[in-house]
Amino acid sequence: MMRLASYGQVALVVAVLAYLGAVYVMPSQVWMGFTINALAMTIVALSWNVTGGFGGMSSFGHAAMYGTGAYASAVLQVQFGVNAWLAFGAGIMAGALMGGFIGALSFRYGLKGSYFALVTLAFAEVLRICAASFNITGGGRGLQLAIEPGVAALQFNKDRVLTYTLLLAIVALVMALTAWLKYSRFGAYLVAVRENEDAARALGIDTYRVKVTAMAISGAFGGLAGAIYLQLWLFIDSAVVYGVAISVVALIGPIIGGAGTVWGPLVGTLGLHLLGEGAKTALHNAPGLNFVLYAVVLIVALRFLPQGIMGLAARIGAFGRKGGDDA
Amino acid sequence: MSSLILPAVLNGLTMGAVYALIALGLTLIYGVLHIINFAHGSLLMLGLYAAYFLFSYLGIDPYLAIIFVVPAFFVLGYLLQRVVIAPMSAGSEQNVLLVTLALSLVIDNLALFFWTSNTRTVDIPYAWDTVEVLGAYLTKGRVIAFFAALLVAGLMWLFMTRTRTGSAIRAVAIEKRGAEIVGIDVNHTYALTFGIGTACVALAACLLLPTFYATPQVGYTFVLVAFTTVVMGGMGSLPGALVAGLALGVIEALGGLFLGESLGQIGIFVAFILTLLFRPAGLLGRKPT
Amino acid sequence: MLEVRNLTKRFGGLVAVSDASLDVPEGAIVGLLGPNGAGKTTCFTIIAGFTRADSGSVRLNGQDITGMAPHRICGLGMVRTFQIVQPFAGLTVQENIAVGAYLRHDNRRDAMAEARAIGKRLGMGAMLDRPASSLTIAGRKRLEIARALATGAKLLLLDEVMAGLIPTEVTEIVGIIRQIRDEGHTFLMIEHVMQAVMSLAETAYVLNYGKMIAQGTPRQLVRDPAVVEAYLGHGAAARLQEAEHA
Ligand SMILES: Nc1ncnc2c1ncn2[C@@H]1O[C@H](COP(=O)(O)OP(=O)(O)O)[C@@H](O)[C@H]1O
Ligand SMILES: [Mg+2]
Repeated sequence: MMRLASYGQVALVVAVLAYLGAVYVMPSQVWMGFTINALAMTIVALSWNVTGGFGGMSSFGHAAMYGTGAYASAVLQVQFGVNAWLAFGAGIMAGALMGGFIGALSFRYGLKGSYFALVTLAFAEVLRICAASFNITGGGRGLQLAIEPGVAALQFNKDRVLTYTLLLAIVALVMALTAWLKYSRFGAYLVAVRENEDAARALGIDTYRVKVTAMAISGAFGGLAGAIYLQLWLFIDSAVVYGVAISVVALIGPIIGGAGTVWGPLVGTLGLHLLGEGAKTALHNAPGLNFVLYAVVLIVALRFLPQGIMGLAARIGAFGRKGGDDA
Repeated sequence: MSSLILPAVLNGLTMGAVYALIALGLTLIYGVLHIINFAHGSLLMLGLYAAYFLFSYLGIDPYLAIIFVVPAFFVLGYLLQRVVIAPMSAGSEQNVLLVTLALSLVIDNLALFFWTSNTRTVDIPYAWDTVEVLGAYLTKGRVIAFFAALLVAGLMWLFMTRTRTGSAIRAVAIEKRGAEIVGIDVNHTYALTFGIGTACVALAACLLLPTFYATPQVGYTFVLVAFTTVVMGGMGSLPGALVAGLALGVIEALGGLFLGESLGQIGIFVAFILTLLFRPAGLLGRKPT
Repeated sequence: MLEVRNLTKRFGGLVAVSDASLDVPEGAIVGLLGPNGAGKTTCFTIIAGFTRADSGSVRLNGQDITGMAPHRICGLGMVRTFQIVQPFAGLTVQENIAVGAYLRHDNRRDAMAEARAIGKRLGMGAMLDRPASSLTIAGRKRLEIARALATGAKLLLLDEVMAGLIPTEVTEIVGIIRQIRDEGHTFLMIEHVMQAVMSLAETAYVLNYGKMIAQGTPRQLVRDPAVVEAYLGHGAAARLQEAEHA
């Protein structure tokens, strides 16, 4: 399913898998806790990758979908006593709806490029302010789930190994869906839209529908990530789940790892978190410095790694068969 | 209620003038370089800190600080464009937005690291004096900012239309190739424009600080307002930015009056989304096909 | 197969197409000629649904398709190519063609197989795995045809697919188009290369300043004074006549 193009990519993927496996046997709990966070963010990165990577529609506001997933699930659980599993599913749905809605509006009026990026950001801001202002969303205080560990309430925070394993499984699932998407007709259409929208229309592609659908799929992944965040922390507030930091991490990971590749979002997000964590340790937990580092890496990647790390790896020991197919 | 509307509108106008001043720099940069500078708000934040430190360490009044801060920021802007933005974005529009986003992350988070998230204010009592206008009490500092914004917009217009440099900038904005052929140094002109835009935002910072505060996050709050102003005014239009800035100030003030303080800003973003969707060429412009 | 009636399109004050009509019978190769700026491409964009005409109608196989979206028109069996070629630059040649093939094939394997077959038929077998951005102009023009063909459309609108090619390349494309037509396709082609039009088209229309000024076989058209004037300027026909008589 996830075709690799070179020995370099194989080595990279093996290294990532080895790391993810090694986390189980690392003596310090810190590694697992930190990798759990990285995996949770990888899901948003995978979400961004659907639209920003395959579709070339770079969003600056993926927090809109993330936060909506988190809030939909939290409101249902806290205010309406809905079962956590149902609420979790509803969070995914809500993310998909929000993505589809933003996409439908933006693409209906032909927004592209920087305009699309800015409008998604504005949507995330509107939602953030709303969530901080209404009672049903807990206003400025946010929402806190009742603590009841166990399967019924989807709360596994006590058991780190289980949490980690579940997240690994979910990331694997989302990556498998991404790979399936990439090699499906829909994926080909999405890439065609990115490469040349007029040509795509001429060849029978309903580009509006493709773009809106991509936003809905991306929104579902984003909503999933938000709903997971809620179950991990049992508490949300608007400044975090609708915050710009989510939108930023969602896009930096895939761009650095390789936008429009299946492995790129994982490689990039994991790499960033490792880098950020290393810097934090070296600099004694200085606030914000990890973001400085992310930003510098982003600038360097934009200039020197147009295809991200996966693209760089593709050039190392290429298999010498077809070009263009870079996992 | 109706007795509250006029003061709200007048207050909104004074705040709007600051928005306009910030947006003037941004729209100038867009109009000439055709790039969206995401770091504009962060530069405003830097300007606020610059004025703050000049006041707290050297006792320089923020209004006086203008003569130091504005030239310094002109140089800063010039260098940013020349050394970071242009070389790193490799000519792609999407990359420029991402590079300036990254730049804003660097600036904001370094500010957080060095200056902490504490709110910094300067104590200049006269700025808080009130003046009575049409029965409404307005803060003096804001009234000064209002007239300064009008003055700067006027000066900028004169600069663009009456000076050689202004003509060169306009030539580059309209037809880059042509300007190159007649011997204008385009990269220099771009950096010059970026410098002027940055100087504008520094001026706005000096005018804003007496009645406002500095925190590392303040840039992000303003950058979205500035985008809204620029888009509503018609990307690249100086008079448009002025009018839109004032309008947004009023929208925000009335939003706050009717929806409550916390929802007040929502008016701005809703205006932003609606403008982008329905009138991407600005309220006064025509929709491009 | 295609009936275009009284199309008019204005851009501001400029009338790009003015009351233009044409017919394309099934199995034919019809030419659309005219000097630069005559409105040929504009006609195509309207027929294929990319722009709306101010007035006039387009019927495909008897069905009114005026104002229909391009992707639906493509689904009904008519596809256009672009004068300024529009490859999916980041994809390989085969993947480019496959985008068209997905219209009739819902999975990657079939679409890619179809793309390979079509690529080979158009003499692009050796280039299938190359990125489209690496193709020469002749290769890109061919790719335009290949993608269009892959959609399974029966009526192909070709916009200057021979412009910028050297004579041997023109000859090759002429052969390919004739072969595709013999397999049951119909063509409406905008063309500047007279040699190609003469050897391919049974009928041709001539557009000048947005108006259809002539229709006939290519041979008739090159003798038509109105056509000669349109191409060579006012008074050219008279001068030619004089030259012939002298
Ligand atoms: N989108 C447009 N906006 C304004 N004018 C246009 C547009 N498209 C074409 N035109 C004008 O319409 C006329 C016909 O153009 P076109 O159809 O491309 O001619 P041709 O293909 O015959 O060379 C030209 O004068 C051209 O400048
Ligand atoms: Mg043409």
